[in-house]
Amino acid sequence: MKLESAIPEGPVEGKWDKHRFEMKLVNPANKRKFRVLVVGSGLAGGSAAATLAELGYEVLCFCFQDSARRAHSIAAQGGINAAKNYQNDGDSVYRLFYDTVKGGDFRSREANVYRLAQVSANIIDQCVAQGVPFAREYGGQLANRSFGGAQVSRTFYARGQTGQQLLLGCYAGLSRQVGLGNVKMFPRTELLDVVVVDGLARGIVTRDLVSGKVESFAGDAVVLATGGYSNVFYLSTNAKGCNVTAAWRAHKRGAGFANPCYTQIHPTCIPQSGDHQSKLTLMSESLRNDGRVWVPKEPGDTRKPRDIPEDQRDYYLERKYPSFGNLAPRDIASRSAKEACDAGLGVGPGGRGVFLDFRDAIQRLGKNAIEQRYGNLFEMYQRITDDDPYEVPMRIYPAPHYSMGGLWVDYNLMSTVPGLHVIGEANFSDHGANRLGASALMQGLADGYFILPYTIGHYFATHKPGPVDTDHAEFKRVEKEVEERMQRFVSIGGKRTPDSFHRELGRLMWNNVGMARTKESLEEALREIPRIRDEFWSDVRVVGGRSEMNNALEQAGRVADFLEFAETMALDALTRDESCGGHFREEHQSEEGEAVRNDADFCHAAVWEYTGEGNAPMEHREPLDFPNVPLATRSYK
Amino acid sequence: MKLTLRIWRQKGPDVAGDLETHELPDVSPDMSFLEMLDVLNEQLQNEGKEPVAFDHDCREGICGMCSLVIDGVPHGPMKATTTCQLHMRTFHDGDTITIEPFRAKAFPVIKDLCIDRGAFDRISASGGFVSVNTGGAPDANAVPIGKEDADAAMDAAACIGCGACVAACPNASAMLYVSAKVGHLAHLPQGQPERGRRARSMVETMDAEGFGNCRNYYECEAVCPKEISHHFIGGMNRDFLKANLCGGE
Ligand SMILES: Cc1cc2nc3c(=O)[nH]c(=O)nc-3n(C[C@H](O)[C@H](O)[C@H](O)COP(=O)(O)OP(=O)(O)OC[C@H]3O[C@@H](n4cnc5c(N)ncnc54)[C@H](O)[C@@H]3O)c2cc1C
Ligand code: FES
Repeated sequence: MKLESAIPEGPVEGKWDKHRFEMKLVNPANKRKFRVLVVGSGLAGGSAAATLAELGYEVLCFCFQDSARRAHSIAAQGGINAAKNYQNDGDSVYRLFYDTVKGGDFRSREANVYRLAQVSANIIDQCVAQGVPFAREYGGQLANRSFGGAQVSRTFYARGQTGQQLLLGCYAGLSRQVGLGNVKMFPRTELLDVVVVDGLARGIVTRDLVSGKVESFAGDAVVLATGGYSNVFYLSTNAKGCNVTAAWRAHKRGAGFANPCYTQIHPTCIPQSGDHQSKLTLMSESLRNDGRVWVPKEPGDTRKPRDIPEDQRDYYLERKYPSFGNLAPRDIASRSAKEACDAGLGVGPGGRGVFLDFRDAIQRLGKNAIEQRYGNLFEMYQRITDDDPYEVPMRIYPAPHYSMGGLWVDYNLMSTVPGLHVIGEANFSDHGANRLGASALMQGLADGYFILPYTIGHYFATHKPGPVDTDHAEFKRVEKEVEERMQRFVSIGGKRTPDSFHRELGRLMWNNVGMARTKESLEEALREIPRIRDEFWSDVRVVGGRSEMNNALEQAGRVADFLEFAETMALDALTRDESCGGHFREEHQSEEGEAVRNDADFCHAAVWEYTGEGNAPMEHREPLDFPNVPLATRSYK
Repeated sequence: MKLTLRIWRQKGPDVAGDLETHELPDVSPDMSFLEMLDVLNEQLQNEGKEPVAFDHDCREGICGMCSLVIDGVPHGPMKATTTCQLHMRTFHDGDTITIEPFRAKAFPVIKDLCIDRGAFDRISASGGFVSVNTGGAPDANAVPIGKEDADAAMDAAACIGCGACVAACPNASAMLYVSAKVGHLAHLPQGQPERGRRARSMVETMDAEGFGNCRNYYECEAVCPKEISHHFIGGMNRDFLKANLCGGE
C-alpha cells in the first residue's frame, strides 16, 4: 500500500487554487458517459450526488433508510461553522484553519484543513440560496453563536435543528436532480461489498432491504459517504443504523483505514437510565454557551441542586480553564466530567452525571430568551428525563459521538483504491484527533459541494476507466461471497440475538477503548474481541430468511463487521503510545491530567492495511507536518 | 409494569395481516416506546420467532422514520411527540396497547409495521426545491430576510416527513406535508420565482399518488409531532389557485 497524499506544492493559501487550475477537466459533453455510484445520502453524499448530477454525470445514490432525507446528518443540532466574519470579531479563513488544526491536536493534514476553511464561506451562501432558514437578527442579517474550542462567533444555526435544515436543503437539490432524471435513488438498499477490477473501484454489491435481493452495480467511480462508526460502542449519539460496514468492506478490498482509535466522546449527553437503553441522546454543545457545568464540592451530597449554595459548588471547567471556561473543547470537557465522577462527585443515578445549569442565564436574559435559543432542546430533555430544565439543572454525561478516524484519503479525497472516493465523516483527514463543534457539517458539505465534484473529474480524465459491466467475473465472485455470507448468518442457528453481541462488544469497547485507555485495558480488549467474535459466529441466531425484509439479518451483518473493526481500532489505540485529542492514554498525561503528545514518534496518521483473515493488519504511516501552525501544546486555560 | 401488546403482523404487501397478542411482564417506565419493542423482539427471537419489523433510526424525533399508530393515534397519545420519543411512563401497569402501521392507500405496508412512503419523495422531486445549482450563489447576507419571515419559514421547514398527518386524516390527505414545504419556501425571497409552479406541481403529484382531499378536519395538525400549523394549507391553496388562474410562474 502506497500513501501518496498528492498535496499540491506551494504556500498553503494557494494550494487549492493552484490545484484547481492544474487538475484535468472532463469535457461537459463527455460527463454523462461517466457513472458515479454515491453510497450515502447524508450531507456529504447528498450534496455530492446533487452536484455531480448538475455537472452532467450519471449518478446512482444509495441509502439504507427509506428516504434520502433521513440520513443521520438530519440529527445534528447545534450548527455549522464558516469563516464569514459577519460578527466582525476577528474571524478569518486563517483563524478557522488555525483553530481546527489546534483543536485537532496537531494530527490532521494542514493542506486539507486550510481548504476546508476556504470553502466554508461558500457553503453558507449555497445553503441560503437553497432556502435554508438559518436564524436571523431583526435587521435581517444572519445570526451567529459561538461553539466549543473557538473564541469567535462563527457558527450558523437553524434553531436546534441545523443538521435537519442543511440536509433538507441538500435533499431538495437531490430531489430536483431525481425529478430531472439525472440521479437514480436507491433507498432501503445496503452496500455489502465493493468490487475492484484491475485495481480500480468499479462497483458495489448491495442488498435490497425489502426483497432481500443481492445485486451488483457497475460504475466509473465509487463514492463512500457512509458516515461514522461510533456505534462500535453500541451506545452512542448516532442513529441506530449507523455502521462501519461500507468502510470496513472497502478496507478489506484494499482501502487503508486511518486512525481508527480517534473517536470523539461528546460531553453533553443525557445519562443512561437503565440496561434497556438503546441509544444516548445528545444535548447540543451550544447549551454550553449559556449553561454552567458544575458538581457539588463534597462527594455524596444528596441535597437538591438548588439547595446547594454557591460556595459548595465546583464549576470545574471555569476553574480549570478560565479563558474558555464552559466552552473548552469536547475532549477536555468530557474527560473533566469523567474525572469528577470518578472522584465520587457525580450526580444522579449511579453517580454518572454532572449538572449543566441555566439558572444564571435565565436570571440574566429571561426565560424567554433561553426558550428562543434552546426551547426544543429543553423540551427533548424533559420528554426523556421527566425533569424540567428551566427549574432544575440538566444532568449530562459524555457519550461516543463522532469518529475522526476513517478511510484514508489523499488531497483529492480518494482512498488507496483508485476510483474509490470517501467523503464526510467516513474519511479521516480534517479533524485530526479531535473535532471541533459545528465542523462536521461544514466538512461534509465542503467535500460534497465543493471538493469532490472537481477532483473526481481529474480522476476520470487521468485514469480513463474503460467499460465494465456486472457480468464481469469479479462482480459474480463478490456477489457469490455476499450471498454465502447471508446464508451463513441464517444457518448458524445459535442461541443469542445479534443485538446481544452488539451490546457485549459495546460494553467492552466503552470500558477498555473509551474515554481513557491504558496498555492493559487495550491488551485485554484485544484478547476479548476475538472471543466475542468466535462466539458470535458459532452462537448467533438470525430468525427469518434472507430473501425478505429481515432486520435481524441486517443487524447481524453490521455487528459482524463491528467485531472485526473493533480489533483494528484497539490495536491502533495500543500502537499510538501517546495521548492526543480524543485519544487519551492514561500513561501519558501531565500532572494536571492533560493529554501529553509525543510528536517525535507519533506525528503521523496511522494507516492500516488489511492483510487477510486471521492476519494482523499492517501499519503504514503518513507523516504530518505543520509548517503554518507550529506544533504546540494545546492550552485552553 | 406489565403490559399486553396487540401488534399488527403482516408478512408482505400482498398478504392479509392480523393483530397478534404478546405479554411483556417487566417494562420500565423509563424505557422509550421503541425500547419496549426491542425487549419484545429480543423475547420473540429467543423463542425462535420472527421479530416485529418496525422502522426507526435516529430515536431522537427528527429523522421521521418511526411510524406507529398507537391505540388508534399516529405516534401515540402524547402531543408533539414522535413514537421514538414517547416514554413508557405515559402508560400504566396492566394496560393493553394496540400497535398498527400508518395506514393510507398511498403508503402500502411492506411488512408488519413498515410502510412505503416513497410517494413523499416523488412529491418532493416534482417541485420541493429552489432551482439553484451549486456554486455562484450570492453572499448569504446579500438579501436580508426579516426575522419574522425566517421564523415562519423555519416553522414550516421543521416538518420531518413522517406521514403521521396522512395516517390521521380520514381522507388520507397529504396537504399538511406538502403545504409545509410550499410554505417554507413561500416565506423566503429565494422561493419566490418558482412559487406558483412549485405549488401546482407538488399538488398535482400528490393527487396522482392517490392521497385524498383535505376536508378541513385538522386531524393532521393534532398529531403532527412538530406541530406544523394548518394555516400553511390555506397559504398553499392560495398559491395553487393563483398559479392556476394566472397560468404563469
Ligand atoms: C446527535 C448529533 C448531533 C450532531 N450535531 C452536529 C452539529 O451541530 N454540528 C456539526 O458540525 N456536526 C454535528 N454532528 C456530526 C454530524 O452530524 C455528522 O458527522 C455528519 O452529519 C455526517 O454526515 P455524513 O454525510 O458523513 O454521514 P451520514 O449523515 O451519517 O450519512 C450516512 C449515509 O450513508 C448511508 N449508509 C451508511 N452505511 C450504508 C451502507 N452500508 N449501505 C448503504 N448506505 C449506507 C446512510 O443511509 C446515510 O444516507 C452531530 C452528530 C450527532 C450524532
Ligand atoms: S426514529 Fe427518528 S423520528 Fe423516530
